[in-house]
Amino acid sequence: MDALELDIRLPLRSFRLELALALGRETFALVGPSGAGKTTVLRAVAGLARPEAGRVVLDGEVLFDTTLRIDLPPEARRVGFVFQDYALFPHMTVAQNVAYGARDRAAELLERFRISHLAGARPGELSGGERQRVGLARALARDPGVLLLDEPLSALDPHTRAALRLELKEILDELALPVLLVTHDFHDAAVLAERVAAIADGRIRQVGTPSELIAAPADAFVASFTGANVLAGRARRGADGLTEVALDGGGVVYSVDEALGDVEVAVYPWDIAISREAPHDSALNHVRGPITSFVLIGNRVRVQVGGLVGEVTAASAERLSLEEGDVVMASFKAAATRLVERAPASSGR
Amino acid sequence: MRARRLFEVALVGATALALTFLLLPLIAIFLRVPLGELVAQLGSDVAVDALLVTLETTAIAQALILLVGTPTAYLIASRRFRGRALAVTLIELPLVLPPAVAGLALLAAFGRLGLLGSTFEVLGVTVSTGTKAAVVLAITYVASPFYVRGAIASFEALDQPLLDASRTLGAGPARTFFRIALPLAAKGLGAAAALSFARGIGEFGATIMFAGSLQGVTQTLSLAIYAQFDLDPDVALSLGALLVVVCAAILFTVKLLPAWTRSSSTSVYPFAPSDSS
Repeated sequence: MDALELDIRLPLRSFRLELALALGRETFALVGPSGAGKTTVLRAVAGLARPEAGRVVLDGEVLFDTTLRIDLPPEARRVGFVFQDYALFPHMTVAQNVAYGARDRAAELLERFRISHLAGARPGELSGGERQRVGLARALARDPGVLLLDEPLSALDPHTRAALRLELKEILDELALPVLLVTHDFHDAAVLAERVAAIADGRIRQVGTPSELIAAPADAFVASFTGANVLAGRARRGADGLTEVALDGGGVVYSVDEALGDVEVAVYPWDIAISREAPHDSALNHVRGPITSFVLIGNRVRVQVGGLVGEVTAASAERLSLEEGDVVMASFKAAATRLVERAPASSGR
Repeated sequence: MRARRLFEVALVGATALALTFLLLPLIAIFLRVPLGELVAQLGSDVAVDALLVTLETTAIAQALILLVGTPTAYLIASRRFRGRALAVTLIELPLVLPPAVAGLALLAAFGRLGLLGSTFEVLGVTVSTGTKAAVVLAITYVASPFYVRGAIASFEALDQPLLDASRTLGAGPARTFFRIALPLAAKGLGAAAALSFARGIGEFGATIMFAGSLQGVTQTLSLAIYAQFDLDPDVALSLGALLVVVCAAILFTVKLLPAWTRSSSTSVYPFAPSDSS
């Protein structure tokens, strides 16, 4: 049985939030750009925002229903909310923060989140990781039926973020509680969540596991949001059962996907090989051009050639002695080329 | 280079002029009468009576302002409703209303022959001219905007997520107000209360119009200064000196209030490294 069901409609400033979700004991991520209405979904579940119409049910208990005229106040909902930047009470100690919701479980939670030694500290004295643990402990004190996380990692620098992402993942796995989290970072969602919903302009574009979204993005928005290169073009049937796409920017790309008319071509950076000469492999698609940007990220290098970003290992970039301005060949297979619907114009914002 | 220097000189000159102009009259009060004499005059009947009346009426007025003004300010700060701008304007009106007019208006409303005068007498409270209740009303009317305005600003400056967090942790609106909003706004509320207290202590126009100037009953420090000005200028000057000291002390207190509530957000160090011990 689903632990949390929601189906809400709520007008926001420039669009309407219209969304239906059902989640069980799993971590579910809503991903989308800033201003897509993600946080409003969490607020509606917690009772902090009031949908114009719809229904929110948690473990069989109706929290909100416009036809039944039910709208429980936030304090009557069994919902744990971890706010962006955690919203710890600055005038209280860590122990007082955790005990605010339920006095009797505070000591146990401090112990469980390894923050007992910080019991007397004020939030202003804590590091990002400590704050995250206090925020989680506090939200769990009332034994909620669902845990809501609003951009849990956005307040952190990239270095801390990677470490805290793993720590959060471990904590969420141990909880065995339905978790609904929102993030604008697909990578965060992919690490933390079992299922992901890509959301734009208040509507869900696609729901699936992170790998499903990458393997078969429903549209250009989802493709680009999951990190793919997206090129607009016009598809027609080509030779060998392949689809031939004439790119708007010039050039032709082949794909195994079938499509006709206006499409967008999605190809992920890790499916793009960079070489000096045309490679003798089965890759059908080649884009030749100068390297316009060359960025080293850890052990990988993101190389931009024409409109495409490819990823190669730092070692092979060194072997090829690639540099900005070098004319190279970016190649990718027809099988690695997804053809998706053009995104509606509104998502360009 | 020359122009820049000239500009600096102009700035410093203007500041020096302003400070001198503000300070000179205050110093003059203390120089007109020897310090020993000042202190001795404060022991006179008139001075003691005025001090007691002022303390009593200002304290009651201040209590009323805090008790009614705080919830009013919280409502206005935390909700958006029709007529909100009108309500704020009404609250601020006494700031610009001439105190004499305020006194006259109070007389028309609460005086024996006024709109509500008889109602109040039934309740056993006589607020008409010549009672302490009248002084309290005059001070409350004139001093309240100083508190309520500051209180609205303090409540509006609260971090909304903190109030939301309190609600999701099971606290109702009342508990959220007492445990989160009130403590976090405390510094601003204290500063606003001090300002309204200072304004109340110095109240003159509305009080003399509405309550009159009866020694030991309605004669506050400001009224006593005015009454003694013709009779015994030394008493007036010593009372004046006392008010200068009290008001300066209040202002300093406001400036030096403890700063522990200054941060309403917990994300002071967004890039603090994680302690993964």
